[in-house]
Amino acid sequence: MAARNPSSTSVAERSAQHATFVIERSYAFPPAKVFAAWASREAKARWFGGPAKEWTLKVRELDFRIGGRERLVGTWAGGTVSDFDSLYQDIVPDRRIVYSYSMRIDEKRISVSLATVEFAPAGKGTQLTVTEQGAFLDGYDDAGSRERGTRALLDKLDAAIKQN
Amino acid sequence: MSPDHLSATFSALADPTRRAILARLASGETSVTELAEPFEMSLPAVTKHLKVLQRAGLITRSREAQWRPCRLEAKPLKRAADWVEQYRRFWEQNLDNLEAYLRKLQQQEKKHGRKKS
Repeated sequence: MAARNPSSTSVAERSAQHATFVIERSYAFPPAKVFAAWASREAKARWFGGPAKEWTLKVRELDFRIGGRERLVGTWAGGTVSDFDSLYQDIVPDRRIVYSYSMRIDEKRISVSLATVEFAPAGKGTQLTVTEQGAFLDGYDDAGSRERGTRALLDKLDAAIKQN
Repeated sequence: MSPDHLSATFSALADPTRRAILARLASGETSVTELAEPFEMSLPAVTKHLKVLQRAGLITRSREAQWRPCRLEAKPLKRAADWVEQYRRFWEQNLDNLEAYLRKLQQQEKKHGRKKS
């Protein structure tokens, strides 16, 4: 993918789309335990990353403090490199994490997002809420390979459900 | 699971006039004057709506001639949804992994506790 000098790109080729999603999960573990899994490089490495069969880790960094950086770089089957580059904006122990991050694919910045993770006590467990608000930049299109990948996964899921 | 909130693209669609404009453009590109016809609205008012749709990437307006035809662009809608879906699926998978990790950890702690005593 050729790099572009921003000043030479015409206005018509630049765009920003915004989208938000929210995911809620319940865990049968207290907030302190769930939070701890986010708070150290060693713990986070046990669950946070690309899918094992499709993705190989290249760089994992975690400096868990306000102003600290997190980095996750990996290679996908097919050679694409994804680079998650994040800055912690707010940390309330056992309650909340807020970070802003950019996502680069093969050096091109495709999105910049704000993520809010909330840990709420729920009985003996935790209600976890992940809210992501993203700016998706310049109509990134990888010639449909991601869409094909998504379709393939959905087909597999569909087949698995039908078998059961 | 909470529904997706697609902001700029869908807030562009939140207005009935803009939806009607898109519906008309689905039949083919046309001029601003023709688009404005069914509405009891001034041309500047229609142009304002077109700007919102244009900014959301839902229509393009070519600069040819004086009549500046508008064309429907369906891709941005699909793309915003695709992107969000990929990010969401990444998270769903990782939050599953998180649960599995916490369970394993709990089992290990229980084992360790029994050994100690």
